[in-house]
Amino acid sequence: MPSAQRLPRRKAGCGIAAITLQILALAPVPGIAAAERTRTDPVVIRIDNFTFAPQTLTVAPGTSVTWVNGDDIPHTVVAQNKLFRSKTLDTDERFTFTFQVPGEYAYFCSLHPHMTGTVVVKASTD
Amino acid sequence: MHHHPDSPSAPGAVSRRGALECMTWAGAGLLWSLAGGLPSAVGLGRALAAETVAAPFTFLQISDSHVGFNKPANPDALGTLREAVAQIRALPEKPAFIIHTGDISHLSKDQEFDDADQILRETGLPLFFVPGEHDLLDDGQGRAYRDRYGKGTRGAGWYSFDRQGVHFIGLVNVVDLRAGGLGNLGSAQLDWLERDVAGLASSMPIVVFAHIPLWTVYPEWGWGTQDGARVLACLKRFGSVTVLNGHIHQIIQKVEGNVAFHTARSTAFPQPAPGTAPSPGPLKVPAGELRRVLGIASVQFVRGSEPLAIIDTPLAG
Repeated sequence: MPSAQRLPRRKAGCGIAAITLQILALAPVPGIAAAERTRTDPVVIRIDNFTFAPQTLTVAPGTSVTWVNGDDIPHTVVAQNKLFRSKTLDTDERFTFTFQVPGEYAYFCSLHPHMTGTVVVKASTD
Repeated sequence: MHHHPDSPSAPGAVSRRGALECMTWAGAGLLWSLAGGLPSAVGLGRALAAETVAAPFTFLQISDSHVGFNKPANPDALGTLREAVAQIRALPEKPAFIIHTGDISHLSKDQEFDDADQILRETGLPLFFVPGEHDLLDDGQGRAYRDRYGKGTRGAGWYSFDRQGVHFIGLVNVVDLRAGGLGNLGSAQLDWLERDVAGLASSMPIVVFAHIPLWTVYPEWGWGTQDGARVLACLKRFGSVTVLNGHIHQIIQKVEGNVAFHTARSTAFPQPAPGTAPSPGPLKVPAGELRRVLGIASVQFVRGSEPLAIIDTPLAG
């Protein structure tokens, strides 16, 4: 029997591009152009096809991140360091966590542990 | 029915819809019979009975009822479970008992478990359960499941029992899942398993059942158990080992050494063959085809000649 393989984590293509995409997806806050957006505007991570997107997200301290489940199957969002743990998210349900402290927060779906993602919290260097 | 290209092409592992393939694996005298999309289960059952001499011992596997699921892939998962139960009641040969390999409910709600229990009770047969990950979603992370089904089990709900000279082992591989990993049994359960089988004669047939496949079907979708190899190591000395799983909502089987692996269909909705879709999410098929990809499995032991047959029966041919 072949032994279990650890999945290689896909590298995020470009953190800035990913954040921009999330701004466009943020329909609940109309009228805020990307350029006007403050660094701590809320950000959405979509769960579709058993994938967190963007898989790696970089935000400033104080940012609220909301996960939205678009699948027909429930998922969870669980921090590997146990900092946060969502309830079970059925279709279209969401979970929000506000990241205050800089650091790298790896998380996964406790139902489908091959689903993993990371939120990187760091102050802007501008 | 799908044969994954990465699976070793063990004898009998490949089967095609609409065909009945029988093979004999000489080492353990194992007879595998598969009816994928056969027009009628009764016809097949009679065909098999005609080939055998000793009185068979049959039990049934049902899996992934997902009671509460109501999405487009099957808006009425409760209804298709009812159909599966009606099919069980109509079996010409009454099975000794039913093994449910998990995901009884979709969201671990009391109402879902209540509905499932009420329908499954109509089979009039003893039921044995192991949990799927969907059965452990209550606030107590499995307390609801253990309160209902956990009597006489250990840990998260594992146990063993003997029937008709066969040793049955129910394992739980859906708790303490780790990021990036697969199904997980854990050392406490594996240590128990070692002790559980220590005193058994190697000639005793073993049936292991758990929710997630104990062998690696498709790691990209988490379809495997990371410490499943330790189960197989424990059971290496036994001449006949049958591993029954659910979770992937389709039939995949292979024979490796003395071990025959088999996954059952769901009674709720199908899932795509490994790697054939962007995700393992529920597969939408035309309404007229749904019942061809849902179903139950019956497993037949015949003493003396020791063949084992697993017959998968769709809800509709």
